[in-house]
Amino acid sequence: MQFSVEQAAFEVVKRAATVLPPDVVRALRDARDREEEGSNARMAFDAILENVKIAAEHSVPICQDTGWPTFFVQHPAGWSLRRMRREIEAAVARAAGEAILRPNAVDSVSGKNSGNCVGIGIPTIYFSEVDGPGFRIDLLLKGGGSENVSGQFSLPDRTLEAGRDLDGVFKVVLKAVFDAQGKGCGPAVVGVGIGGDRAHSLSLAKKQLLRPIDDVNPDPRLAELEERIKKAANELGIGPMGFGGKNTVLAVKAGYAHRHPASFFVSVAYFCWASRRASAVFDAEGNYRVTQ
Amino acid sequence: MAIKITTPVPNDTIASLKAGDAVLINGIIVTARDMAHKYLVENFVKTRNEAEAAVLEKLEGYLRNGIIYHCGPIVRKEGDEWRFVSAGPTTSIREEIYEADVMELFDLAGVIGKGGMGPRTLEGCRKNTSVYFHAIGGAGALIARNVKRVVEVIKPEFGTPEAFWVIEVADFPCLVTMDSHGNSLHDAVAAESKKRFEELLKG
Repeated sequence: MQFSVEQAAFEVVKRAATVLPPDVVRALRDARDREEEGSNARMAFDAILENVKIAAEHSVPICQDTGWPTFFVQHPAGWSLRRMRREIEAAVARAAGEAILRPNAVDSVSGKNSGNCVGIGIPTIYFSEVDGPGFRIDLLLKGGGSENVSGQFSLPDRTLEAGRDLDGVFKVVLKAVFDAQGKGCGPAVVGVGIGGDRAHSLSLAKKQLLRPIDDVNPDPRLAELEERIKKAANELGIGPMGFGGKNTVLAVKAGYAHRHPASFFVSVAYFCWASRRASAVFDAEGNYRVTQ
Repeated sequence: MAIKITTPVPNDTIASLKAGDAVLINGIIVTARDMAHKYLVENFVKTRNEAEAAVLEKLEGYLRNGIIYHCGPIVRKEGDEWRFVSAGPTTSIREEIYEADVMELFDLAGVIGKGGMGPRTLEGCRKNTSVYFHAIGGAGALIARNVKRVVEVIKPEFGTPEAFWVIEVADFPCLVTMDSHGNSLHDAVAAESKKRFEELLKG
């Protein structure tokens, strides 16, 4: 039986917009402690942590740019995707009506804001069918500023002498972090998608952002790459907000897909310090809990 | 110690601010982002649209030696009053093509935003004795608490994020990152990080 997901989707949106996941808060606290006392970087972290506390206590959005709602839905066989889409759209519109989401859907041709954060292609929903009664909704709320500094590279890249291997991936991702400077509201969680066609590469990079900050990539080659990029990025000295400092990224998360023999795309999804995500996990009876 | 400033801010106060100074902003400021900047330049800089003259007059009342805030807030209406719910800065560089003209239009004391701005705006800061104030990006809930009152909303038809929100703020914390003497903290960080980036590429 297909149960309604509207209420769960609404609660996931509300949680993600107002409460930062505990692993992200821990990473921000640790980053703060690494900055010099009296530095601009430490001042920025203090304001960030105070902001996170206020948002959670008063249940108001952490950031006014509540982003582009991106849902990843795992559902059992036989469920109607159209019905789930309608319910999720209703949840998003309700959240916009309650000032939990900013109306972030602008008609690209007319320039008119739809007013309820629902429009053509928004919210983005990726459906995947899973075995058994399993059902869950994962949500990312990623803002426009950080999306604007995200991007894609095609290897080889001659200007960086980046070849078609993991060393080449290291170079282009570091370039993306360098180019972002303070414009993406770092320190960032950096999602990396290696391979695929252009479109899949970008969505793969974004999907990495669902991983907790402190997890370890089960593929040791990627685990090593993630650490290498993180260490180098934090030597750039860009710091929170681009004020200068020791913390430019909080984490790097990489995934890969096969590629066409002629192509080697590397995509970078730069997530601001307000790395907002939440999930609803259902049991077979349709009861759910919201987690982060 | 942070320096307290109150709008309208006289030019000599602005001239005394240096990149790296922490400030607390008080008084009336006005939000403006992409549509608002485009509107200002198209109606009052490139041409003089008499049909919109009343809007300009109203804005001048708030912005002469005043401060523009790059922000698209989340707002809520409570009774007849608007309240700011979450209101951090938006990325400023999108206004790079407009900002120097807007600074001149109102003789602005400065703009608040995030991410810094480019050479045209830095030159605008020098020419008009203005500064760029960097707020903490993403700190929407915290900054909303610094907003004491919504005075009015101008051009609400632009949509909530894009309208001009006239607000009164108290002790809004910012860092001066571009001053009126040609100094930019963003340029300094970019230059230093470029050196390190090139070293790291070599391995």
